[in-house]
Amino acid sequence: MDHPALELVELGAVFFCLGLLGRLAGKIGMSPIPLYLLGGLAFGRGGLFPLGDIDEFTSLAGEVGVVLLLLLLGLEYTAAELLTGLRRSWLAGLLDVVLNAAPGAAVALILGWGPVGALVMAGVTYISSSGIVAKVLGELGRLGNRETPVVLSILVFEDLVMALYLPILAALLIGVSFLGGLAAVGISLTVITLVLVIALRYGRFVSAIVDSPDREVFLLKVFGAALLVAGFASAMQVSAAVGAFLLGIAISGSTAENATKMLEPLRDLFAAVFFVVFGLNTDPRTIPPVLLYAALLAAVTALTKIATGWWAAHWQGIGRLGRARAGAALVARGEFSIVIAGLAVSYAAVPEDLAALATAYVLIMAVLGPIAARFVEPLARRLQRTRSAQPQPDSIMAP
Amino acid sequence: MNVEVTPLPGIGVRKDFALRNGRRVGVVTQRDGKIRLIVSKPDDPDACLAELYLTADEASALANLLGAPQLVAQLTEEHRDLPGIHTRQIPVRDDSVFDGRPLGDTGLRTRTGVSVVAVMRAGQIHASPSPDFTLTAGDLLVAVGTAEGLEHAKKILLHG
Repeated sequence: MDHPALELVELGAVFFCLGLLGRLAGKIGMSPIPLYLLGGLAFGRGGLFPLGDIDEFTSLAGEVGVVLLLLLLGLEYTAAELLTGLRRSWLAGLLDVVLNAAPGAAVALILGWGPVGALVMAGVTYISSSGIVAKVLGELGRLGNRETPVVLSILVFEDLVMALYLPILAALLIGVSFLGGLAAVGISLTVITLVLVIALRYGRFVSAIVDSPDREVFLLKVFGAALLVAGFASAMQVSAAVGAFLLGIAISGSTAENATKMLEPLRDLFAAVFFVVFGLNTDPRTIPPVLLYAALLAAVTALTKIATGWWAAHWQGIGRLGRARAGAALVARGEFSIVIAGLAVSYAAVPEDLAALATAYVLIMAVLGPIAARFVEPLARRLQRTRSAQPQPDSIMAP
Repeated sequence: MNVEVTPLPGIGVRKDFALRNGRRVGVVTQRDGKIRLIVSKPDDPDACLAELYLTADEASALANLLGAPQLVAQLTEEHRDLPGIHTRQIPVRDDSVFDGRPLGDTGLRTRTGVSVVAVMRAGQIHASPSPDFTLTAGDLLVAVGTAEGLEHAKKILLHG
């Protein structure tokens, strides 16, 4: 076969396989992300069927996938929701940062990956997958539950933390000094404030630039604007992802909703490529040595997320079962952990083992998260029953 | 009634209120326009016993079912001192010839002496509709008149 034909066949085979994997994931009720990663591992270096000819396309498509993932994350919440989230849940949000970033950072330090590696792993273990969480809540019929706003406001807070974290990480990854790092913190704080003010006060102007009644024109304008902003951000060394994310926050109102609807399929396509590319670039042979750490991290950070949700729900006056549900709903990690690890790997500022650890960790957590959310309730009920069966001084509180 | 409005960032809005027995009932309106009816569990007030997807049509039908009897009961109560006057709800069915036509076309007043005092649509009361009020399938007319007049009006709305 000549060159373009072979490339098309390979690309087609990759997408078709991803489709089959996605279908399988849907059948057994899990997130497709771990399967995409496994697909990437199978196709890539040292994997079962190495593919070589579509590197150029897939790596660019993967970049586009990151841009779209972050753009849609930014679009997901309006600026007003972000501010309300910040006001209402900053305490729970801070607890979330402390409890869930620390285990990742600790493991990175134990493995001798230095402060930058620690910051990367802190991000990987901190950020819940808002995609998986929202989907699981919808599927389990918990959107009307009273603990659900608590869960969502923690996700909103994580969103804001990402806006602060990514520019700092990007600055550290290109190897600036401590002072440069502080400057990055200052700049990113200023930029986020600016973007939030713009989105709140002048959001309709930003929206007006990209908005159009014509679907096709709208799609091209939003997609083009995202890539432009991402490209310029990348040229200014603040990482493409951050630019796209901030653009997403700045676009508001009905424009944001329409853009989300329009870009979702595109995001799913390119994000799938991104996960595969991440898997492709991870040598499966590097995973077994870090598997123990990944399992350990998974166990610890599952518990710390549950503790975060439990405490946040308790603070809002939710009952025990609701607290358990809120905690377990937050366990899933997914796309953004991989985005963070991918960012670190692309700057080659961290050891290769980090990609392996992040892959293994997300493989576990993306599977464990929905399972935890599903089975926490029967488990908590059983625990409650056995406990209320024993005579207890505070048994008046039991139903 | 104290309806609690809770924003659900990224998803939509939850509107619910507590019943007298402590259970909560309400709706979650999603950004994509989907509506879920929610009813809380008896033993766990934080959780939902049921979350039912409703289409816009189904939601407005349910709203009519819940709202119209109240209006009829209220009007009946007001007319109690006037013997011979009845209040009744008359649906505009999917196969009605008046689907999409103005109320005046039915000629109810001239033909039966019945007054249409309100039209219930999607749980909303449109009081004293004028003759150019356009009817659609699913509307509930609240009509006042004699028993025979109302029976006649029901037939007219179905068959023209």
